[in-house]
Amino acid sequence: MNARAFSALVRKDLALFFSDRRAVLLSLAAPIAIAAFFGFLFSGSSSESAPIALLVADEDGGPLSREIAARLSADAALSVRAVSGASEAREEVRKGKAAAAVVFPKDFSGGAVKAFFGREARPELRLLHDPTRGAEAAMVRGILTQHVMEVVSREAFSGPQGRIVAEESLSRVQSDPNLPERDRKVLSDLLRSVISWQDRAAQPGGEGASGGPAGGLRVPFTTTLEPVTSRKGVSYNGYAHSFAGMAVQFILMAAIEFGVGILVERRSGIWRRLRAAPVRPGVLLLSRGASGALLSLLIFLVCMGFGMAVFGVRIRGSAAGFLALGAAYSVMAGAFGVMLAALGRTPEATRGLAIFAVLLLVMLGGGWVPAILFPAWLNRATLALPTRWAVDGLDAVTWRGLGLGSALPAAGVLLAFALLFSLVAAWRFRWEEA
Amino acid sequence: MEPRATALAAKGLTKTYGNLTAVDGVSLGLAPGEILGLLGPNGAGKTTTVSLLAGLTAPDAGEVLLGGEVLREDRPEAKGSLGLVPQELALYEALSAEENLRLFGALYGLAGKALTAAVERGLRFVGLWDRAGHKVRTFSGGMKRRLNLAAGLLHDPAVLLLDEPTVGVDPQSRNAIFALLEDLKSRGKALLYTTHYMEEAERLCDRIVIMDHGRILAEGTAASLSEKLAAPARLCAQISGAPEGSAWIEEVRSVPGVRGVSWENGRLVADLADVTAHLPGVLEALRARGVRLSSLSTEGPGLEAVFLALTGRELRDP
Repeated sequence: MNARAFSALVRKDLALFFSDRRAVLLSLAAPIAIAAFFGFLFSGSSSESAPIALLVADEDGGPLSREIAARLSADAALSVRAVSGASEAREEVRKGKAAAAVVFPKDFSGGAVKAFFGREARPELRLLHDPTRGAEAAMVRGILTQHVMEVVSREAFSGPQGRIVAEESLSRVQSDPNLPERDRKVLSDLLRSVISWQDRAAQPGGEGASGGPAGGLRVPFTTTLEPVTSRKGVSYNGYAHSFAGMAVQFILMAAIEFGVGILVERRSGIWRRLRAAPVRPGVLLLSRGASGALLSLLIFLVCMGFGMAVFGVRIRGSAAGFLALGAAYSVMAGAFGVMLAALGRTPEATRGLAIFAVLLLVMLGGGWVPAILFPAWLNRATLALPTRWAVDGLDAVTWRGLGLGSALPAAGVLLAFALLFSLVAAWRFRWEEA
Repeated sequence: MEPRATALAAKGLTKTYGNLTAVDGVSLGLAPGEILGLLGPNGAGKTTTVSLLAGLTAPDAGEVLLGGEVLREDRPEAKGSLGLVPQELALYEALSAEENLRLFGALYGLAGKALTAAVERGLRFVGLWDRAGHKVRTFSGGMKRRLNLAAGLLHDPAVLLLDEPTVGVDPQSRNAIFALLEDLKSRGKALLYTTHYMEEAERLCDRIVIMDHGRILAEGTAASLSEKLAAPARLCAQISGAPEGSAWIEEVRSVPGVRGVSWENGRLVADLADVTAHLPGVLEALRARGVRLSSLSTEGPGLEAVFLALTGRELRDP
């Protein structure tokens, strides 16, 4: 290979890149700006999350619905506002002023206790929610279930309504002709025990004050959320993923310009001049791939470096793996650019198609949102894309804190893609000039 | 046609694209210190011929000899003695004149002081030394053309292929480029110059090859071609007063020895087979019709007429 010509061609490409300040700004600042935005959206810092806006429409007005509403209001995860009824709640949710609304129907307080012991129809608690905020609605549902169970069970075991319902249930059990005698006896004993418990709980200093069933049922466990990152105590940094995704995207965008640059040179006659020189054609393409790879690596380092310096992105796993991935992806991007030049006809058409292809590659590769959110079949299918390997690999060595062993397969796949793209370029490139 | 020189020779070059034969059995030779004009209309096959000579494309048949050695795709180093000045302004506009030349010099193996000296020499030669550090995008069309020429000369090639190097430049810049080319010729360089401007070929070239449809139609000096093809001489008369209608023009056309007449903007042009023999008849016809002349001139047979005689069409026809 003519090393002098090769190095002159690479230096020329770098000089051309840096001579266009707008292109430099676009290549370096744009990924940082977009990554910062995505990182902010997906940072997962729940401690800073705003409480969920919840409306409560208490059409019952009974003691239980009032107490449940009070408990919801006291919950730190919720921001509760009372509304007059179901229609107002629906309207407010439709306008997007609340994530969800709970509607207590008339006779909720009585119906819930009866349904607790007997076969009566259960009252329907309606949870109206904004369809775009399904996750928040699910969270409200969980909190609501906990408070309803605690309040209703306590009333059933120690409240005046519970006593009435227990006696009614005992009477029904004793008079039910269809009930087998053996079952009748067991159920009657159970209900008498409950009534006896209620009597004791009603006395001053009774069981109700010391806990037990009279205090109501409690959820028999507590939960804590622990994001699994590189190690315990290290919280997830959403910027790690977003900066990796945007670096992956904008490196390919820069590769497009490199490929299109060859087509522009072809059109302008420069390619004829280069081809007339005593340099093998392969050197011309290889130099373009090399300069593309170098600039891709620069974009990668600047983008990820900015994420580290400003947004706390850290390489929690293998630094060598991180560099191997960056280098392999840059080589792949250089080859991608040359392949575009081989397949493209005009600069304009090639640029348009290539931008579309790159956006697809990045979107399906998990550059915008993690691929784990995709349906299972899509998650598997996107393993055929180099961008998926790059993003997953960078996730592995940054916030997941995995070692070199997790980065090398991804780097290997990226180099295999680079080889494939180079072969396609060599096969399809129009070497001859008219 | 056997090449007569050793600087550059082509033997039976043929190139086809699908059903189109762009170059059809072209043979030519170029000697040191000679300017050979390759003349033909657009689409004649000039640029493809240059591509074949420069090794940009492989011929389907025939061969190119550069300094006596066959130009082969697997031996690109042989192209070191060849310079190409493409028809397009093949320059990086975002780079300075010096940066452009440094790149092209490096492609030909120049480095260090030799490269620096070559760049300075090239820029001085085309009169752009004082603009060495300026971006090419700030240059005028004529300056870019001159730099385009310098980029092809940087490595001091023995043979220079110039593919319509004056397209789109003003007369002043064109004359400057001609002067540079004549200087190169005087230094023993062999120049192949393609053009579709007759006057350029006539003025600049020692020999002219006329091409059309990929084939060489004729070769020789401008004078020998005109003589060989018995091309007509031309009479140009500025008319200061003429009668109404076109009867007097038909009168001129009917004079024996007149091959063609045109009349436009007060100017009469008549092609005569022989000026001495047929000019009196034309003047008599004009006098008889009361046409008054304010000036009169004659030109020898031109390449334009040669081309017309060879191909039956004007040189600038599409």
